Amino acid sequence: MTTNQAQPRFSSILQTWGLPIALLLIGAAMSFAHPAFLTTTNLINVARQVSINGILAVGVTLVLLTGGVDLSLGSVVALAGVVAASLAQAGAYPVFIVVAAGVAAGACCGAINGVVVTRGRVPSFIATLGMMTAARGLALVVSNGRPVSNLSPDFTRLGGDLGRLPIPVIVFAVVALLAWVVLKHFRLGRHIHAVGGNPEAARAAGIRVGAIGMIVYTACGALAGVAGLVLAARTTTGQPNAGVGYELDAIAAVVIGGTSLSGGVGRISGTILGVLLIGVINNGLDLLAVSSYYQAIVKGVIIIGAVWLDRNRQHS
Amino acid sequence: MPTPPILEVNQLTKSFAGVRALVDAKLVVEAGKVHVVMGENGAGKSTLMKVLAGLHTPDSGQILVQGEPLHLRNPHDALRRGIAMIHQELMPFLDLSVAENIGIGREPCRWFPGWIDRAAMHREAETLLARLGVPIDPARRMGDLSVAEMQTVEIVKALGHKASVIIMDEPTTALSAREVTALFQVIEDLKKAGVAIIYISHKMAEIFRVADTITVMRDGRHITTRPAWLLDESELIRLMVGRDPVERAIKKPTPGETALEVRDLESSGKFHNISFTLKRGEILGIAGLMGAGRTELAHAIYGLEPADSGEIRIHGKPTHIPTPAVALAAGIALVGEDRKRHGFVPKMSVRENLTLSSMKRGWIHQRAERALADEQIRAFDIKVSSHDQPVEKLSGGNQQKVVIAKAVLTNPDILILDEPTRGIDIGAKGEIHALITRLARSGMAVLLISSELPELLALSDRLLVMREGELTAELDPLHTTEEEILRHAMPV
Repeated sequence: MTTNQAQPRFSSILQTWGLPIALLLIGAAMSFAHPAFLTTTNLINVARQVSINGILAVGVTLVLLTGGVDLSLGSVVALAGVVAASLAQAGAYPVFIVVAAGVAAGACCGAINGVVVTRGRVPSFIATLGMMTAARGLALVVSNGRPVSNLSPDFTRLGGDLGRLPIPVIVFAVVALLAWVVLKHFRLGRHIHAVGGNPEAARAAGIRVGAIGMIVYTACGALAGVAGLVLAARTTTGQPNAGVGYELDAIAAVVIGGTSLSGGVGRISGTILGVLLIGVINNGLDLLAVSSYYQAIVKGVIIIGAVWLDRNRQHS
Repeated sequence: MPTPPILEVNQLTKSFAGVRALVDAKLVVEAGKVHVVMGENGAGKSTLMKVLAGLHTPDSGQILVQGEPLHLRNPHDALRRGIAMIHQELMPFLDLSVAENIGIGREPCRWFPGWIDRAAMHREAETLLARLGVPIDPARRMGDLSVAEMQTVEIVKALGHKASVIIMDEPTTALSAREVTALFQVIEDLKKAGVAIIYISHKMAEIFRVADTITVMRDGRHITTRPAWLLDESELIRLMVGRDPVERAIKKPTPGETALEVRDLESSGKFHNISFTLKRGEILGIAGLMGAGRTELAHAIYGLEPADSGEIRIHGKPTHIPTPAVALAAGIALVGEDRKRHGFVPKMSVRENLTLSSMKRGWIHQRAERALADEQIRAFDIKVSSHDQPVEKLSGGNQQKVVIAKAVLTNPDILILDEPTRGIDIGAKGEIHALITRLARSGMAVLLISSELPELLALSDRLLVMREGELTAELDPLHTTEEEILRHAMPV
């Protein structure tokens, strides 16, 4: 009665390996459908395209693990982008200051989210919805509503390549690796899982639930800052209107990756696969010249299907 | 042919995760009578009532309403068959009117399906309230009523469902003496109208005022059913306790220095004027009925819900404990009464739960953690397929062992155990008892809260009794009886 050592059934195999299998199948299908898909250039291209969403998705994973959500990311990306771009004009400041300012702008927004959620007990949905609007406004104020361009080459180089590898991809990889190490090997990661899995038990276990919330929202904001820097460097402008809807793409990838919206369950590896899955499908449909209208429909179906599976996993 | 009783329950059994809450329960309720059901905490009263109200499905047995067998799948079924329950915690819609509360779920409609006929609803509420002679305006907002008035509205609502059996679970807990008299008047009127009432209460005076028939339950079984006039208070307590004296552990030598001292601890509405000391190596038991404030006291000492005033001294030093994190740092650990709520993170593995409170360093040494988890699983004899099994997949007893092991891993000086064997089968219970004794022997100061008197008598070195938020007695477990404890625990 106490132990249940049933053979792993088909459904549980599907849960563990479903995402990599889906990714492989879709990849295989694409390479048959279009000869250009399975080329190094195209695959690097896919990686480059997904890197910003990937950086954001890592942050969203942390927040969803604690049972919260962050809707402000897209606006924070734009804010960090214009802040960095304003400082990077005509080489006024060294690159590391520009980078620090962009990340700090994001972290500040995240920290404010954290205070409002943990201290003010405002539901994260509402708190970050407010930040989404406010950060967008601030981005427009900082940039006077106009794109900030003429950026120093030192800065825009961050959007380029290092050898054959795009720097955004390297940044994504480093961010994902860091998050994986923290979640898997640090007490902080354990505490993040515990807070999402049962906040009351976490508190009773001596975990400072509020502090964990602060850390997670701040980290998520800082990562949005990083994504904003990458975007500004890649596009060589700080766009106050950039990043609209980015938070939803990130949440979609995380949820496809198996992170539970109710908190406590999720993995960085799943998030990476979710990000790649969306990227590969987008890229494949682009190659096949499918209209972006249809692409949106496909993406919507995938998001709902993935959550459908997630819910049924929880109830079975 | 005699008319069948309005409600009859035969051979009802119900288990939760292998723990038998009801064994062969029996109850016969007649129209126009008040039937009081009594028993200690955990005797199975609430489970039986919840089965009757359709909140639990029985494992086996029969429920007959007017001689007809009945299968209740949900509370709605029960209501349709005329069984209504007035819960101890009322669940009114505070922002709706009295009439809307009474009519909820069966609103009269007119003109359109779904278009509520407010006038008809108001009239109906008025009629029902008048029938019980209750002077409440149906147009008033529910949230503006007193607790007693809300309760009356709940009863009226049950009448609106044409309930022939009304279950009242400790209905007088929140009422003043005057309101209790008014409630009893309502009960008299209900009896005249032929409604059967199942009444649950611990208050002796009240029981003998209201009861026609009394059923005593113990350990999930039916013990006896007798007319109320055939019973008196001491006989009733004897029937409720009814066990042979339990075997007691041989007492160990004198405990050490004071580990925990509580002075005039008070938390408004929960407990007040609580003072006691707890020594190293000692097991201090706290007895009391549900709602006596024992759990709240434990939560206050552990910092989950800090007390409003008073002092807590640890090893003689006054200590302010605002959060569990501070309590743990001060050497206090808690095994809470609500295992699911405070005890563990369900989806996390046994290993991760075990070490959750005791991780000292930021970096987790995976190999050491696995070894530690396996060691604890062996030491506490936790039955798992591996340390990676999620705690939610374990049986109640094994979950409880994980929770205790987690607390012990923090290496506390003071261990608070709140109902450590609730919902656990007999075998695991014995193991946990042995474990508690062992921990105390090793020098831990143990505060043991339990509703099971035999457990308290067998394990405690000293025994405190709480009643309605106050300490009412300190007893020597070697020279007291369950009867004496209950006398101090029962509200007067």
